[in-house]
Amino acid sequence: PKSTCLRFPLRPEEALLIMIPAMFGFSLGISETYMTILVKTLEWATLKIQKANADERTLKASASNGLIQREDGSMEKELEELRRSRPKPPVGGDFTLSDCFYFTRKGIESIVEDEVTQRFTSEELFSWNLLTRTNNDFQYISLKLTLVYGLGIFVRYCILAPLRITLACIGLSWLVIGTSAVGLLPNSRIKSWLSEWVHVMCYRICARGLSATILYHNRENKPKKGGICVANHTTPIDIVILCNDGCYAMVGQVHGGLMGVVQRAMVRSCPHVWFERAEMKDRHLVTKRLRDHVNDKTKLPILIFPEGTCVNNTSVMMFKKGSFEIGATIYPVAIKYDPKFGDAFWNSSKYSMVSYLLRMMTSWALVCNVWYLPAMHQQEGEDAVQFANRVKSAIAHQGGLVDLQWDGGLKRAKVKETFKEQEQKKYSSMVVGDDSSSNSD
Amino acid sequence: MGSSSSSMDHIPNAEELMQETGFSAAHLLRLYERFEFLDKDQTGELRPEDFGAIGGLALNPIGDRIISAFFSPGQETVDFPSFVRVLAHFRPNGTNRTRNGTQQEPVNSRTRKLKFAFQLYDQDRDGKISRAELLQVLRAMLGIQVTEEQLQSIAERAIQEADLDRDDAISFDEFKKVQQVSPHPQTPTKETPLHPTEGGR
Repeated sequence: PKSTCLRFPLRPEEALLIMIPAMFGFSLGISETYMTILVKTLEWATLKIQKANADERTLKASASNGLIQREDGSMEKELEELRRSRPKPPVGGDFTLSDCFYFTRKGIESIVEDEVTQRFTSEELFSWNLLTRTNNDFQYISLKLTLVYGLGIFVRYCILAPLRITLACIGLSWLVIGTSAVGLLPNSRIKSWLSEWVHVMCYRICARGLSATILYHNRENKPKKGGICVANHTTPIDIVILCNDGCYAMVGQVHGGLMGVVQRAMVRSCPHVWFERAEMKDRHLVTKRLRDHVNDKTKLPILIFPEGTCVNNTSVMMFKKGSFEIGATIYPVAIKYDPKFGDAFWNSSKYSMVSYLLRMMTSWALVCNVWYLPAMHQQEGEDAVQFANRVKSAIAHQGGLVDLQWDGGLKRAKVKETFKEQEQKKYSSMVVGDDSSSNSD
Repeated sequence: MGSSSSSMDHIPNAEELMQETGFSAAHLLRLYERFEFLDKDQTGELRPEDFGAIGGLALNPIGDRIISAFFSPGQETVDFPSFVRVLAHFRPNGTNRTRNGTQQEPVNSRTRKLKFAFQLYDQDRDGKISRAELLQVLRAMLGIQVTEEQLQSIAERAIQEADLDRDDAISFDEFKKVQQVSPHPQTPTKETPLHPTEGGR
């Protein structure tokens, strides 16, 4: 499958040495060795830094903490503190002029740093992983460390990156060619089996192309046909990660260009759900198509990311309820990346897709854990939103991520009025009490 | 901190700002990054809409007032030095550094904080919180959760309690006095019976 017009930086034998294990899912032990060396090197580098400037790092680490002294008490607790020993007046509500301090402080805190946008910047690392792109800028500690860093750059840009780009191209081309070829066959069990094999193989090659090490847990809970697989979203690479271990039907918008070619090829060999842009607006149509797909038990489980956007893998944002209204079995999956080896988060406002992929290919590696959670069903008397939240909590809990109530769309849109009303309600219950009849005249 | 000084070059008059506000270089840098983040269209200045995009602020009942506190009267934009100067009022006390010892009153003193809060109420900057202004803030904080009568009675009591010179408005000194009623744990004002009828709490 030499279908690219790049000049290959490796000889065909070398390429096959990497591809064949990838295609057939076994390993020659090379990547394990690489990872062991990598881990040892990073540990050494971290120790060096820790020894050299301990208080310098604490200063930087506390920069964010020292800027805000968060008192994470509840509204009630903090207002109590502010009011302190003032006796509660018998009439006229329990209000003091100092109550506004609480709201002021909260407001200023959120100006300096707020929970939502914090989730959209990359997780700050407190040790240095020999990549300047993580938050600690390059510090000159010793000659040895600088040399290792320089060597690291050489290895990453001149050896690893070309290798990975080649593999990615091979993987993608093979995906297009393989699925088109399978698509020519008449519908039969052979066709489905071949289609799955082609898909998985291509994703495996792509995973090799990112030096991805993936650990799957609880594989007995793997999503089955006729269900919907739901996962937290950090990067488009999530798809590669999940598809290395199983076959899913994708859901998404039809794109033009290269993506469009890939999409059209994929759908020839097995059914995926691609929507035209106009169709996406029509919620009933979307729900209907998903439902039809799910009810057909021969079709693969659908893969959906209900957050609707990429989050930086420290927390899980609000799930959109669309997928939970269909009434199918939900298979939750939690994905957690190890930030030591490279930051997998795609900050779509900062990087384009291409520059993001290049960054991934010049990182050390991609290490992640995938947990398959037991299937969940919508229970009696539970509406779609509650169901979505229940699934979200399960995923957050398993992945060690923070379960946030915020909507991922918040990073672009404005917050709804109802949140403000909730704050007002809480405050008013402190001022006038819960039954309004207690304060008259 | 060799690396941070190179990014400090982006910040105009960084040294002066650090002296004036008492922020450390690391904090200033972080605030600058935050400023740039909020400045969506990269104009170098913030507008009220840029603040409005902050989730935590949008749900704050007095969020609008806090936002307008950053803008001087008549100004529609706020630049980085002004942004930092306002935030400096809330700098945590632990990081107080006296640069050359000649600071009469630290920027984040209690009085400055009180002044900030006072101006949240006193929107027309006439130096007094009128009944109408108090009602506006109360309405903002309580929303539709209370009736008009309840609102009036709350405002009434608050003014009676604070207004010592009986001019039906609360001046800054009266405002400060009210805060002093909430004392530190050492001063047992609660225990001292002010009126014989209240005694024995």
